Amino acid sequence: MSSGARSVGGVPRSLSGPAGASVATAAFPRLGARRLLVLGGLALFLAGTILGDVFAVFILHPNADRIGEALVAATAAVRQHRAEDAGRSFDAIGGFLENRGTKVDAHSHMIGFGYLAMLLAILFPWVRLSETASRRLAALLVTGGVVLPAGVFAIHYVGLAYSPLTSIGWASIVADAGGLLVVIACAGFLGGLWRQWRSGEPAVEDTLLRERSWAGRVLMAGGTLLILAGFLHGAWFAGVDLYAQEQQDRDLLTTMAESAALDPGPGVIPERAGAALNAYGILQADHAVKIAAHSHIIEFGLIALMAGFFQPLVFLSEAWKRRWAVVLLAGSVTLPVAVLAELKFGLVAGGVADVGGALVIAALAGMLAGVLRYTGRLDAVADAGAMSRGGR
Amino acid sequence: MKRSQQLLAVAGLALAVWAMAYGFYYAVWIEHQTLDHIGGSLAGAFQHAALREAAASHASLADYARAKYVYTREVDAHSHWMGLAMILMVLAALWNRLAFGEGARGALAGVLIFGAYGFPLGVLLQNYVGHGIGQGIAVVASGLLIVALGAVALGFARERAS
Repeated sequence: MSSGARSVGGVPRSLSGPAGASVATAAFPRLGARRLLVLGGLALFLAGTILGDVFAVFILHPNADRIGEALVAATAAVRQHRAEDAGRSFDAIGGFLENRGTKVDAHSHMIGFGYLAMLLAILFPWVRLSETASRRLAALLVTGGVVLPAGVFAIHYVGLAYSPLTSIGWASIVADAGGLLVVIACAGFLGGLWRQWRSGEPAVEDTLLRERSWAGRVLMAGGTLLILAGFLHGAWFAGVDLYAQEQQDRDLLTTMAESAALDPGPGVIPERAGAALNAYGILQADHAVKIAAHSHIIEFGLIALMAGFFQPLVFLSEAWKRRWAVVLLAGSVTLPVAVLAELKFGLVAGGVADVGGALVIAALAGMLAGVLRYTGRLDAVADAGAMSRGGR
Repeated sequence: MKRSQQLLAVAGLALAVWAMAYGFYYAVWIEHQTLDHIGGSLAGAFQHAALREAAASHASLADYARAKYVYTREVDAHSHWMGLAMILMVLAALWNRLAFGEGARGALAGVLIFGAYGFPLGVLLQNYVGHGIGQGIAVVASGLLIVALGAVALGFARERAS
């Protein structure tokens, strides 16, 4: 069914009358659990994607260069019998890896919790809980979804300052507490889903689950294909590359250490160690781009599927809904393909990947604006209904 | 709401809770110590090399490789469980659009659930019960997942065509 047959300017036709408005408001109430999950989920996804884009542009490449320089310094220290300097170089590498790892973790967890919130919003009609309990669980989920990534992001800066533990700092403790909030919230929703299943009663029919507009169908079909492509790429990577790369990692590090310690000749970095250092850099880059392409194509597939469900809540003209759907899918394909091409085409491909990420962000921001317009209109209709009832 | 759809939704959310509980346990009790171990053994390998202690350097590198192998699979299990849980949940919401009968849908849901739970478990088992067994489970489960997702895509395409 086309959206035009069922909607007026993007708002379901049923909203145009007072009875329809009250039905829609009941399904998506102001400050309600479902609205909190949709808006919180979209905001988390958007914030996580922006963080990832900023990280990719400003931190990823300089950080990789610093890791390479520290590895060269460690190899030179081995050559010159300076064991303590080699240790210090690896301390520095540990810091650079922590800087990168915590930002990647903050980015991926923020996006993951955004997905989870949106999925729970989609499954909400099947959750048999009171609105108050659902709202508390939704607030817990969104709070944990903010606290965990913020804590993980801070790990590199806070370190072990004032920590009562030997290897876990306060930022990690805060992050873990955020994770626990999300676990509790999801366990609560799981209980509600289980109660609905045990009750044997049919679930309430729902606008989101009936979505059949052009934009919704294209997003759902595109999302399924993206996920399938990500699965196939992951299987190929695991079968062809993963084990070989793990062996190469160990072999190259062995060559670096051995060559620097034992090869004859006057150089600070012997030829064999230099070649191993170069090969190690290429290996790390190859591993990183393949993992990034695999995870991003599946993540974008999931967000396309979920965005497909939310089309009835996007209060935009049909033409704009279609445009944002196409832009989202175009960005979802561009980013992983360009990331894979980075090894061959360097910064040009990196720039194209960043454009792909920007397209996804723009499309989701457009859809989020549409959802906010929808909720605003819904509240206005509900307020008007309440005022007219008060007047009578 | 059909039984296979309910099963997929409950199994998906249960897997998400399991994945996050595992991630929480891992982050609190294992991850930081493992990262310290990986970094320490790699630094030790180069420090031993600087002192021309070849055997100790090799032993440290072997320790580093083993610790990194285990860490990679522990983190992969967590992230794949979580990712697959979300795919089960989103497919549950779409399940009514599959152009298959309830019997085929039930079978497809069973295969998807087996794959989603089994694939990361196989990855994790590589650390504990031998590389071959774990890898075998992971390969079979991931193959089933790919076939099942292909069937799901076909089911959606047939629904749209009809």
